[in-house]
Amino acid sequence: MLDKKHIGHTFKPFTTTVEAGKIRLFCKAIGEENPIYHDEAAAKAAGYRAIPAPVTFLTAITNDDPDKGGLLRLLGVDIGLILHGEQHYEYLAPVHVGDRITCQARVVDIYDKKGGALWFVVSEVDLKEAGSGKPVAKARSVTVVRNPDAAKKA
Amino acid sequence: MANAPKFADVKVGDELPPLKLPPVTRHQLALYCGGSGDHNPIHVDIDFAKKFGFKDVFAHGMLSMAFLGRLATSWVPQAQVRKLGTRFTAITWVGDQITVSGKVTGKREENGEKLVDLEVKCTNQNGQNTLEGSATVALA
Repeated sequence: MLDKKHIGHTFKPFTTTVEAGKIRLFCKAIGEENPIYHDEAAAKAAGYRAIPAPVTFLTAITNDDPDKGGLLRLLGVDIGLILHGEQHYEYLAPVHVGDRITCQARVVDIYDKKGGALWFVVSEVDLKEAGSGKPVAKARSVTVVRNPDAAKKA
Repeated sequence: MANAPKFADVKVGDELPPLKLPPVTRHQLALYCGGSGDHNPIHVDIDFAKKFGFKDVFAHGMLSMAFLGRLATSWVPQAQVRKLGTRFTAITWVGDQITVSGKVTGKREENGEKLVDLEVKCTNQNGQNTLEGSATVALA
């Protein structure tokens, strides 16, 4: 079982810069060909101040944590046992190439279903502009952990 | 986007033009691993996937959520997207063909904005929903 004492745990914040090359690779992977994500001139012509980060590129920003995997280490869970249960984004301000974003994550809930065969970890990340502290987005995710006890016995 | 829909013209029940995607490939999962920074080997290393009880590697849920994002931003400019969320309801395997669809479920005004709520989902070639989500966009 997972330890519910971790509810409320806050992780060390980190700051990362949104990079054009990373957005290009992300768009290639997802099949996004709109020129606003590839070409600064096209982005500006469409009214953006720079190349915008695609709406789910926030995952690449929050994954850029130098202490990557902190949640799984905190919980003592092997990465092979997790599935993504839910993901929710709220967009508060646009994010563009060159922006420096500070991410602060925390554990907001831990619960089980099916007599402990599945555990659910709810975490939230606040994304803010590094300089001004202005909120740009909120991310809420549910991580599903498959039968953590069986894995420990193995 | 000159042809973005107008709030007054949108009706509850309206369907967004669906997005039919090519089959998911191993190459795509490798690209998404690098592009998203999600380096979980279960999506790219078949030996690792089998060790944890899976028959093969499978797609990142967030790859399919990116398809939901593409659907929303093919309908409105992304600066008008206020919320996007989803539940991941089934695994997407290599070779699966995903269709992304959406429809208008509500219209409302909040904080001076005209908002449209959408139901968005990914469905595989067998008709099974793999993602069941929702989005909120602001329209002029």
